[in-house]
Amino acid sequence: MKRIISILLENESGALSRVVGLFSQRGYNIDTLTVAPTDDDTLSRLTLTTQGDDHMAEQIVKQLHKLIDTIKVVDLTVGPHIERELMLVKLKASDNDIRAEVKSCVEIFRGTIVDVTPNTYTVQLAGDSEKLDAFIEAVREIGIMEVVRSGVSGIARGDKFLRV
Amino acid sequence: MELLSGGDILIRALKDAGVKDVWGYPGGAALHIYDALYRQDDVFHILVRHEQAAVHAADGFSRATGEVGTALVTSGPGATNAITGIATAYMDSIPMVVISGQVPLSKIGQDAFQETDMVGVSRPIVKHSFLVTRAEDIAETIAKAYYIASTGRPGPVVVDIPKDVTDPSYKVAYEWPTETKMRSYQPTDKGHRGQIKRAVKTLLGAKRPVIYTGGGIVIDNAAEHLIALAKKLNFPVTNTLMGLGGYPGTDQQYLGMLGMHGTYEANTAMHHADVIFAVGARFDDRVTNDLEKFCPHATIIHVDVDPTTVSKNIEAHIPIVGTCTSVLTEMLSIAEQLDIEPDAEALAEWWQQIDQWRADKGIYTESRYEPSSGTCIKPQDVIKMLYKITGGEAIVTSDVGQHQMFAAQYYLFDKPRMWINSGGLGTMGFGLPAAMGCKRAFPDTDVACVTGEGSIQMCIQELSTCTQHNLPVKIINLNNAALGMVRQWQDMNYSSRYSESVYEDSLPDFVKLAEAYGHVGMKITHLDELEEKMRECFAMKDRTVFMDICVDRSEHVYPMQVPGGSMRDLWLNKTERA
Ligand SMILES: Cc1ncc(C[n+]2csc(CCOP(=O)(O)OP(=O)(O)O)c2C)c(N)n1
Ligand SMILES: [Mg+2]
Repeated sequence: MKRIISILLENESGALSRVVGLFSQRGYNIDTLTVAPTDDDTLSRLTLTTQGDDHMAEQIVKQLHKLIDTIKVVDLTVGPHIERELMLVKLKASDNDIRAEVKSCVEIFRGTIVDVTPNTYTVQLAGDSEKLDAFIEAVREIGIMEVVRSGVSGIARGDKFLRV
Repeated sequence: MELLSGGDILIRALKDAGVKDVWGYPGGAALHIYDALYRQDDVFHILVRHEQAAVHAADGFSRATGEVGTALVTSGPGATNAITGIATAYMDSIPMVVISGQVPLSKIGQDAFQETDMVGVSRPIVKHSFLVTRAEDIAETIAKAYYIASTGRPGPVVVDIPKDVTDPSYKVAYEWPTETKMRSYQPTDKGHRGQIKRAVKTLLGAKRPVIYTGGGIVIDNAAEHLIALAKKLNFPVTNTLMGLGGYPGTDQQYLGMLGMHGTYEANTAMHHADVIFAVGARFDDRVTNDLEKFCPHATIIHVDVDPTTVSKNIEAHIPIVGTCTSVLTEMLSIAEQLDIEPDAEALAEWWQQIDQWRADKGIYTESRYEPSSGTCIKPQDVIKMLYKITGGEAIVTSDVGQHQMFAAQYYLFDKPRMWINSGGLGTMGFGLPAAMGCKRAFPDTDVACVTGEGSIQMCIQELSTCTQHNLPVKIINLNNAALGMVRQWQDMNYSSRYSESVYEDSLPDFVKLAEAYGHVGMKITHLDELEEKMRECFAMKDRTVFMDICVDRSEHVYPMQVPGGSMRDLWLNKTERA
């Protein structure tokens, strides 16, 4: 099953490569990966998604934790959580019918059109990965020119938080 | 406050970290550091002949003493030559710091002369690594490096230092940190008390228990705690290749080594056990054989300091994360508080069964191998002779192959840190430099390197280091004129097609070779000479002696687990299966 793993990491050179290296070294796949400094710029917050059963997920969490630079690691999938991904899609949209169709699709998915040319629409959409997948399916026939996805960011629901 | 250059700071920091010896090899990027070494007397440098040996020697020193070993190499080829040594230490969790010179910061990424991304290349085989970018950071980085290397599950730490960071013309204040704290690194110490209590109760209820311990007992200096608990419970104990000496090899409760070349009694007892108490061991594939068939009746208690090790290969029923010493200490005190005694009746029956296995097909029964005679010297008998002549008191290092397994089986180690071998990576070439590290640590103890004519040639150049630094180690070369372990596999699995495992006609004259380096060489071809010559060898306390002993070329190591079987599925000799 899909796993969303959140890591609080020292914002130091080499730290990210250790995380990524661990996955290839141990034969795990990374499906998506996002990383950026937090409000405390000595810390990075990293979210990655991977596939695995409980045993594998437990091993991944433990192995990540063992890295000297990691401060906290959680498997968000075990509890209620919020998952968001940002997507930008550039679509072929030159005739009026298609432009109308894209607009209505964007509305249904609660996206926004963020750039317009005579021949294209660029759509911005945020949501969980399934929603973004569904949008892609919905506009596939129209003509996708380019897709950029940020990868998943995640946070636990409720009072739980990841902080030093 | 004193102002020092980066090079001087590094050496001062090493001194403050308690380092007395550094094993190394100089080169361009490390020259400021070498100059700093030259201008002081606190840290002693031992020049090896290949960087791999520097790391193995530091490793051997660490295994023998429990202290952190230190190696120093230059950038590029110096750094890459160190890699095998680092990987060896990593696989066996040996505390070590490897300092590498690096091209100047301004040249990093330019494909500069002798530039290798050492932090990148070593990443999967280190516990941690640092690239130091300012002279101001050297002392703190060194303090952290030694702290990380030696705590939790120990391991090698690389500190890569660009040349300009050790520039003699740039001086900064030196301060050794009084305390090393890292918010991202807090190794576990004590195990979960509730789990420990459950474990004790399970042990006390066991009818067919086996205590299975590994290198963790040795690394954590937990041998005494293990002995106390095993004696209190009257349970049988088996050790892994890495754990030898963690429990006394001559004790009645000891079953010998387990695993691929483990004893019949240890492997069979494991298979039939109802409770397996694993401490500081990791259910390695060289122990378990087929995981599906592993110990079908056993409740498994697993103690290890590394959480990733627990339940990695075999799901533990009672997992405990903590150091061997702390957990065993707590178990003992709980066992004493609880008003339960081990099941004496069941244990008596279990011991009777085990003694039967021992008597039938045990490792020390007469019929395990044909006796030596005349020019047919059995390698096993050489190890027995080594044991006899050194009184079981030598530090024995080994290389990798059949000779290693014979040494592990037939030299009985009563104390930890006496058996020094590359168990995890299985690195040929480890034995001689590791022996140098041990001899340096314990100049008055006999240090024997049990090796093969294949392995010894992988670091033979270190005979020169032995000369320069007066390291009188004894090399016991079990010369079977082949890559014996490879040949054994070819005998068993490839109809004796000896693809690239024989080289008889091209072997050097080891006696002349030893003499060329200024040492004593001996060649033994007849059983009658063995004892006398070996006594002579060990009587020469201040000489490095190379004993080239021609052993039976057709001998195989047994027992040997049948691939894909359970623990107890063993070949006992070339034709007999258990
Ligand atoms: C560096 C390295 N290369 C290859 C091997 C594979 N290997 C394992 S045992 C062995 C043969 C060792 O020969 P020798 O040192 O003569 O020991 P013997 O088995 O004959 O006692 C080889 C090639 C290894 N362990 N290490
Ligand atoms: Mg050989």
